[in-house]
Amino acid sequence: MANLLPVVVLLPLVGAILTSLTTHLGPRRLTPLISTVTTALVLAAGCAVAFQVGSSGPLMLVLGGWETPVAIALMSDGFSAAMLLMTAGVGLVVCVFASATPEITGGYWFWPLWLFLLAGLNAVYVSADLFNTYVALELLTVAAVALVALGGRAALLPALRYLLIAVLGSLLFLLGVALVYAETGTLATFGAAEETTGGLVLLVALGVMTLGLAIKVALFPLHSWLPPAHAGAPAAVSPLMSALVIKAAFFVLARMWINLSQGSAPTELAYVLGAVGSVAALWGAALALRQSKLKRVVAYSTVAQVGYFFLLFPLVIAGDGAASALAWEGALVFLFAHGLAKAAMFMAAGSFAHAHGTDELEQLRGAAARMPVASMSMAIAGVSLAGLPPTLAFVGKWQLLHASIESGQWWWIPVLLIGGLLTFAYTARVLRILLDTEDADDQQAKVEQGKFTTVRTDYHPIPQRMQYPALLLAVLTIVLGLRSIDLTELLQAGAAMGGL
Amino acid sequence: MIYQWIPLVILALSLVPATIIFFLRDDQHRPRTGVNMAGATLKVVLVFALIPFAVAGETIEFRAPFVPGIDFLLRIDPFALYFLTLSSVLWFLTTIYAIGYLENSPHRSRFFAFFSLCVTATSGIALSGNLVTFLVFYELLTLATYPLVAHRQTPEALAGARTYLRYTMAGGVVLLLGVVWLTAVAGPVEFADRGSPQVAELAHEQPGTAALIFGLLIAGLAVKAALVPLHTWLPKAMVAPTPVSALLHAVAVVKAGVFGIALVVNGVFGVEVARELGVLAPLSAIAAITIVYGSVQALRQDGIKARLAYSTVSQLSYIALGLTIPSVIAMTGAVAHIVNQGLMKITLFFCAGLLAETLGVKKFSQLSGLGRRMPLTCAAFTVGALGMIGLPPVAGFVSKWYLGLGALEADQAWILGILLLSSILNAAYFLPAVYSMWWGEPQTDPGWNSSVAVKRTRLEAAPALLIPTMATAGLAVAVGVFAGLDVSSVELARVIAERFYA
Repeated sequence: MANLLPVVVLLPLVGAILTSLTTHLGPRRLTPLISTVTTALVLAAGCAVAFQVGSSGPLMLVLGGWETPVAIALMSDGFSAAMLLMTAGVGLVVCVFASATPEITGGYWFWPLWLFLLAGLNAVYVSADLFNTYVALELLTVAAVALVALGGRAALLPALRYLLIAVLGSLLFLLGVALVYAETGTLATFGAAEETTGGLVLLVALGVMTLGLAIKVALFPLHSWLPPAHAGAPAAVSPLMSALVIKAAFFVLARMWINLSQGSAPTELAYVLGAVGSVAALWGAALALRQSKLKRVVAYSTVAQVGYFFLLFPLVIAGDGAASALAWEGALVFLFAHGLAKAAMFMAAGSFAHAHGTDELEQLRGAAARMPVASMSMAIAGVSLAGLPPTLAFVGKWQLLHASIESGQWWWIPVLLIGGLLTFAYTARVLRILLDTEDADDQQAKVEQGKFTTVRTDYHPIPQRMQYPALLLAVLTIVLGLRSIDLTELLQAGAAMGGL
Repeated sequence: MIYQWIPLVILALSLVPATIIFFLRDDQHRPRTGVNMAGATLKVVLVFALIPFAVAGETIEFRAPFVPGIDFLLRIDPFALYFLTLSSVLWFLTTIYAIGYLENSPHRSRFFAFFSLCVTATSGIALSGNLVTFLVFYELLTLATYPLVAHRQTPEALAGARTYLRYTMAGGVVLLLGVVWLTAVAGPVEFADRGSPQVAELAHEQPGTAALIFGLLIAGLAVKAALVPLHTWLPKAMVAPTPVSALLHAVAVVKAGVFGIALVVNGVFGVEVARELGVLAPLSAIAAITIVYGSVQALRQDGIKARLAYSTVSQLSYIALGLTIPSVIAMTGAVAHIVNQGLMKITLFFCAGLLAETLGVKKFSQLSGLGRRMPLTCAAFTVGALGMIGLPPVAGFVSKWYLGLGALEADQAWILGILLLSSILNAAYFLPAVYSMWWGEPQTDPGWNSSVAVKRTRLEAAPALLIPTMATAGLAVAVGVFAGLDVSSVELARVIAERFYA
């Protein structure tokens, strides 16, 4: 079954080439279909990998017949399998959403670029050595920048800024990789720790890599590139960026910390990351509350949620066994939940923007009456992000709270609780504007006069296919919340290789 | 083994209608009403069919793993069924009332979808077998009620709903903290009749921590139970349509808070443990203050709904107070009052809605002489008012009787003083209204011939509004009259109270 690991990378690459051909030479009509089918096949492969990992532990494959570290080594444990599932799953739903109309994709090049992105993401998740990880990160960065640039003239500047920032992050990561290689003589993600006793060089390497990846994840105060890029991208691109792309960098970051710093973890640095993450969570939410455009609200929400992910470091590194395991599970469940909810939220926001030709909140006043399904998706996704029960994020939040109490790091508790309230507050603010129609008595009068209508002139209905994907993902956060045990069991599979 | 699915079926009977209705258009009147009534009827039938099982002492459980280490646990035991019966019967009646009340108004599908969701949450609260499951439905209730309070979308409605949301969300967070902390120090805790043994152990070893956790849990629940000073959202939430207020005040939101307090006191800590911990006395004091404060505030209101709202604040704390008196008789009174207050308060709200819809009467000062125009409504109102004061034979008398006896048994005579004072205040704000209703002179311009009023010829008001009102008023009397029977709700309350003590 380990042979499936290259498939999840190669299949989207083949699809990308095919769709590039159809897009360039025609028939263009086939492009969305091929791309969606490829994504579905990748999802099937991801399911197979997850099933295998869940039932019999991590998968490992060395390609090319050479000895490591020269060969390309692929590996998938519970964490990686879960990310494969989330990526292809969210991707497939977004594909269905995007295929509704070419206007929300920014053109047919969306489809091959998405498959390149998928290949890059999956390569990050199955890669077992640091250099390949670097290459995969570059591949996905290029694809992501190109996708943002599909947003047209207005998106060019944010895309360029994103490119420069992301390349800077990659270079810092590469520097760290070089330091690790110099120190340990190996690039294997899971071997480096055994070759070393820690030491200053490794600490510097970890610091540099952390900085580089923090830029890519848009950790406060390195976040300013994210809102313009994510909000400026086409409606079908934003969900991919916010739900999937930043996850890849965080995945690498979490891997680095758990594997490179076994036993000799720099706890002070972990606390710093936690503190910065806390500020990000509160600051991002505060900014989200002040935005006047819907997609900006959602983008700043990502900045805030990224902050929560970083609570993983102090709780896992500085906690003892049980608390550490709880925090690891909690943070990853949170990560997964964010992927689904944020994709749903961006798709809903994109639907509103597409239907009204603008995402200015003032222009969207009362839009809920016209688009109840999108509003419902927005509401459920917001509830899910805020971590209210029984959603998946609640399970993550619960575990993180439990870990905070267990490890005596009680100071993260207010961050988690207040952050949740703020998350709810900015969703509620958006919903209040969307729901704010004329009061019921006025409408009553119109009903009686037989001219009950709230259709605006600048509103045009959106295709059915755009409405339900967001709702599907939003509802999935609840269903998975009730079945979170499956996810946590998967995350535990291969915990030995994850370092816990 | 098939029985374990019953709790899920009970939830589905309101969740499925909610989902279907959400996708219906506003003008699809027939399918919406059909789905709604079918769900409500089936639920009442199912719940009543379960009563013999509960009386025989059988417990039905549904378990599924939820948060790692903690189960999603639904359980049908006597206390759950007691609350479930109340909510299913009142939901059934309120649905009829709401259909009549909201005829032809906009956003009906949205309203009824969230209405059913609200009842799903209430049923879930009744069924929950541990604190995490309780929390799931407690938060769902907050979310499902918000659109109902904001339904009219006027600036006041939105402001009231926002206040409601702020209070209840903050309460939910405090409750969550308490539950996580308790789980971290005592392990996963499930409700048990005389408190969880793990919690008893914790209270023994770390009394400080246990008391603090108790405080957090109660503080989180006190928001919905409207204990002073966390009650201010309740009068503001009065902007909701009347059927919502009725449901909110009788079974849904405020009862969820009180039911939660009962579960924390009896199911988590156990009365004995809580008393030894010394946490019941402060709760008693707060409840007593709330009783008096709520009544005094009610006296100052002229708006019917506003006065009823403060009356709810006061009446709810009878239940909280009864829970803190260490006596099985007082506990019986407290549990009985959950049903009794629900029946009486919903009757009063139904009447308020009838008066406002039929005649446009919204103030106590306008009630004069109304008994001639709307005798049935006024009779129902009188029943509710007398019950609130605690006069026999209405249900409210029974609860006050048990509470008073229990207070004497526990040597806490001061509680008797509180009950007496509150009854006097209740009489002060209800009796003059009842008197002027029947014996007062009609106002010079009563507006009885307005267009709304003229449409009704045979009955005094729309039957969909009048019949549920008569039904709840009848039930409120029946509960009081038949209190001594073996199958009465009071008898069931006694059985439940004895399980908590035995």
